[in-house]
Amino acid sequence: MSETKKTDEAAIPQQTPASEGSADREVLLRVEGLTKHFPIKKGILQRQVGAVKAVDGIDFEVRKGETLGVVGESGCGKSTMGRVITRLQDPTGGKITFEGQDITRLSTGQMRPLRRDIQMIFQDPYGSLNPRHTIGSIVSAPFRLQGVEPEGGVKKEVQRLLSLVGLSPEHYNRYPHEFSGGQRQRIGIARALALKPKLVVADEPVSALDVSIQAQVVNLMDDLQQELGLTYVIIAHDLSVVRHVSDRIAVMYLGKIVELADRTSLYEAPMHPYTKALMSAVPVPDPKRRGQKNERILLRGDVPSPIAPPSGCRFHTRCWKATEICRTTEPQLVELRPGQRVACHHPENFADQAPQDTVLLSAAKKASELVPDAALSDGPAEKEPVAEKAPAAEKKPVAEKEPVAGKAPATEDTASEEAPEAAGSEASTSEAAGSEDAPEATASEPAEAAATAEAVSEAADTAPAPEAAEAAAAAEPAEEKTGPGAKSTPKATGKTTGKPAAGSGAEESSDE
Amino acid sequence: MISYILRRTFAAVILLLVVSAVTFAIFFLLPRIAGQTADQLAQQYIGKSPSKADIAAVKHNLGLDQPVYVQYWHFIKGIVAGATYDLGPTTVHCDAPCFGYSFKNHQAVWPEMTSRIPVTASLAAGAAVLWLISGVVVGVISALKPRSFFDRLFMGVALAGVSLPMFFTGKLAQLLFTVQIPIFGRTYVPLTENPAQWANTLFLAWCSLALLYSAIYARLTRSGMLETMNEDFIRTARAKGLVERTVVVKHGLRSALTPIVTVFGMDLGLLLGGAVITESVFSLHGIGEYAVQGITDNDLPKILGVTLLAAFFVVIANLVVDVLYAAADPRVRLS
Amino acid sequence: MTELSKTGAAVGEPAAARRSEAFLEVRDLKVHFPTDDGLVKSVDGVSFSLEKGKTLAIVGESGSGKSVTSLAIMGLHRLGARGKNVRMSGEIWLDGKELVSASPDEVRKLRGREMAMIFQDPLSAMHPYYKVGDQIVEAYRVHHDVSKKVARARAIEMLDRVGIPEPAKRVDGYPHEFSGGMRQRAMIAMALVNNPELLIADEPTTALDVTVQAQILDLIRDLQKEFGSAVIMITHDLGVVAEIADEVLVMYGGRCVERGPAGEVFEQPQHPYTWGLLGSMPRIDRETSERLIPVKGQPPSLINVPSGCAFHPRCPYADIPKGNVTRTVRPELEQVSTGHWSACHLPTEDRQRIWTEEIAPKL
Repeated sequence: MSETKKTDEAAIPQQTPASEGSADREVLLRVEGLTKHFPIKKGILQRQVGAVKAVDGIDFEVRKGETLGVVGESGCGKSTMGRVITRLQDPTGGKITFEGQDITRLSTGQMRPLRRDIQMIFQDPYGSLNPRHTIGSIVSAPFRLQGVEPEGGVKKEVQRLLSLVGLSPEHYNRYPHEFSGGQRQRIGIARALALKPKLVVADEPVSALDVSIQAQVVNLMDDLQQELGLTYVIIAHDLSVVRHVSDRIAVMYLGKIVELADRTSLYEAPMHPYTKALMSAVPVPDPKRRGQKNERILLRGDVPSPIAPPSGCRFHTRCWKATEICRTTEPQLVELRPGQRVACHHPENFADQAPQDTVLLSAAKKASELVPDAALSDGPAEKEPVAEKAPAAEKKPVAEKEPVAGKAPATEDTASEEAPEAAGSEASTSEAAGSEDAPEATASEPAEAAATAEAVSEAADTAPAPEAAEAAAAAEPAEEKTGPGAKSTPKATGKTTGKPAAGSGAEESSDE
Repeated sequence: MISYILRRTFAAVILLLVVSAVTFAIFFLLPRIAGQTADQLAQQYIGKSPSKADIAAVKHNLGLDQPVYVQYWHFIKGIVAGATYDLGPTTVHCDAPCFGYSFKNHQAVWPEMTSRIPVTASLAAGAAVLWLISGVVVGVISALKPRSFFDRLFMGVALAGVSLPMFFTGKLAQLLFTVQIPIFGRTYVPLTENPAQWANTLFLAWCSLALLYSAIYARLTRSGMLETMNEDFIRTARAKGLVERTVVVKHGLRSALTPIVTVFGMDLGLLLGGAVITESVFSLHGIGEYAVQGITDNDLPKILGVTLLAAFFVVIANLVVDVLYAAADPRVRLS
Repeated sequence: MTELSKTGAAVGEPAAARRSEAFLEVRDLKVHFPTDDGLVKSVDGVSFSLEKGKTLAIVGESGSGKSVTSLAIMGLHRLGARGKNVRMSGEIWLDGKELVSASPDEVRKLRGREMAMIFQDPLSAMHPYYKVGDQIVEAYRVHHDVSKKVARARAIEMLDRVGIPEPAKRVDGYPHEFSGGMRQRAMIAMALVNNPELLIADEPTTALDVTVQAQILDLIRDLQKEFGSAVIMITHDLGVVAEIADEVLVMYGGRCVERGPAGEVFEQPQHPYTWGLLGSMPRIDRETSERLIPVKGQPPSLINVPSGCAFHPRCPYADIPKGNVTRTVRPELEQVSTGHWSACHLPTEDRQRIWTEEIAPKL
């Protein structure tokens, strides 16, 4: 590369020559436990009453030369994550390491030299270019800001960059409004590449562009990566685009990474139900597949509010596999297969992580109506009682009550008989909270927590009842308090209903 | 909502305190920066060739020998509790909202101001009604037919309205319609006395003032309407099959008016604090004229009083506007 | 018929004999906007027909004229500042009525009742100051002389029908209090409140997340089945087209370049631009190809539409037909197979060969 300049060389010494290929490549950027909360203030004194938990504890690393794709629905925190890892915004907590240097708390001044290495491309090719500046001055701005004098002069370098991104060097003196959307995005890319960055974070780089232009820009970014050895973090909502450009993909939901895997594993065998649902929702340009409803998982409702995210697994309010444990215990992001990390108690295409916990939440029952049987059974169904049970529960909501009632004589009290009802009513509140309405979610959250406590007291026998009742009475702090109480729940319900449930599943299948 | 209004009122009081403190400081400090001593200041309030003792007495009575914060404290105390001024031979009591006492014409500021408020208020309110109606109507018509003859004509008139100074149009109108063709009276008659006379004498002042403002409002309305009528929700309203008039008034104007109401509140608030030029052109004895008096006489209490009154009106107008805005636009959250 | 009549008023009297059989038929529609820079030919001769219960997808990129076509059917293009001196010609037959020559008020009365429209961004498409319910009530009462109470009940019924939970409560909510998906549902409720026979959806899911998009497409499909209305779906996303359309119309530079049954257009696309669109899309259902096959160049200016075939400057095959014909002669739509039309100078054999040998394997 003839273009290699002082700027590059100056930065190089700290790094060891890397890129021996594939998975073991050197880590360029490491993010640990990253959080970003936006406080919500209220009242006369503007006290902080809560926070929008845009990013709420995520870990990942970006290796040199790879492309990490980040997907998720709007409001999942992916854009905030992008702005925090480039330090355009300050993180609330966690640690960001770039080339071994902790950049989490660097000041703007301390960040300045690093700005050469970390660049960002934005979504809006109209908004991100100053209409009063010529293309030349826009693309050369990084040189001025960093006080870098490229070899052969700024103008020559800018013209080289323009031709690099497929624009004509004669465009140097034109203004942004003379260009189409695709060309403007190319200008944005040229500006980002001016200082030969090591990491480029692109936030929805193509979503504002027309389809035919989108492909041009995607190919361009691809070529530039090959040519300049760039590392990309590409944030997008379009799963097809992300799949096309990425080596590894992180799926975000409500401020968390729910699955992080290499492209092939993720698309061929997604493990998190959300990933699966997300992918199945992408419309495919093939009318023949329209009839095949079994491939489509229709999620109900919207993403809950990030102000009061659901307890436990954040996806449990919309998940067709959710059980008690999903509501009470947050699943950790664990590497279940090599190169595939997932945060789920009941992953798809893999052994259940909480096999003892089989009672579906009623939200899940409702959700499972929207999930074709094929989706439920296409995992290794033999190993998974849940997968088998799901269609059963869906078809006969009463079925769930039967095993409990059947078990009732064995346990001495009637409490366990009431348990499913309590659980049911609770889960329906939780659904109301989670499903449609963000503003209301806050209001019904305590209710849910209270209901949780009730469910605990009913199900978990007489002994812990007083405590649980107390927890129920103290509705507000219930979220914390249910923690210890709730831990006993899965076991209890597991004991009482686990086996009979499996039995009823068998019954159900023999009916068919 | 209530909490919001309370909070805003609280903020308004603080703001008024700050304004008064700043004004006080300016008028206290400026003469001193200019080199005047407390003695010279006190001297202004007495006749020619005063004796040393007289000066000292006045200085003491007015508190000019005290530090600025003490003087300010006395001023604030006066507003709440009233004040008594010892003028050597006599003592003057100034009742509870005491905004100071003018030693130049020996009158308390507050009653003097309150007697002038109706004049300024009459002027401002009448003009406001005129300019709001004419400005909005012209603006809407211009916006609906942009670049039409009507649009160009009215925007031309509006431009003239903005560029012609008040003392020109006002004086001209006055000469034409009170002297050449005497159809309008020249001396102010209170509304309570004779409403017809009141309107008659104020009409020219209203028109002159309204010409200036309606020009601004026509332009504001026009650009607001042009923007609103390009909004997606206007297209939706049309797609419903609504008649164009409903689309314009219910969907277009409602949105376009909101920012205008904001500006209107501010303008009205400002005018209530005194329409200086209009009042002097039409010889109306309003707040503005009082302010001019205070400034020419270098009469600190008057200036301070008018400044505070003007600030008060602006702050109140602001508060009202914000509450109205929130009522109009449900997206504005007050909590 | 080709001569442009001003302000769209009276294009002669189309004889009743030529009255259309189809529920909706558009014949040689042209919509031109004179501007300071020149005449913008937003739509330049588009024809299609649509039966009740069927869905037509109009596909194209920004500036292809797909939105203007739909606005013209609704009669919305001539309202507002831009529509003052629009020139329009051609015929639009809706259920036996001709709309181009109809008076603005006649079209207005059909708007919202017989034909309704939903828009891309439901947040900006709803008035921020009025309650969602009131906006639906308004839409109902324009065409139905009923009390507010009756209309409100109808609004609640519609909100319920489109899957908004607690409709009796949400009817009093403001648009900004709804989530994106819920807002689009409310928009649909508003559009369908008068049981229109034609529903035009202009990029209804572009602003939404995929999971919500799937919900909305599902809803539109269900409602269409229930009400038997004709649907025109305007989109740039071929995935959405495949999902919902019976017929596809591909537009480029204000003209129709390909039209046909959805299956055929995806299986045997007959126009290089359609190939380009298919090649530009990364697909989630196939093995990832190394590179996308973009269409080179930029979309055309509607003021200076390229001569001959509007696509020729971007077409990799423009030199195959002999005699410079692609640059000089505007190709007409020709029937390739039953109901499948394409406007391309390439000989059919060449097209067949290029598609099967060069394009299809790379997708």
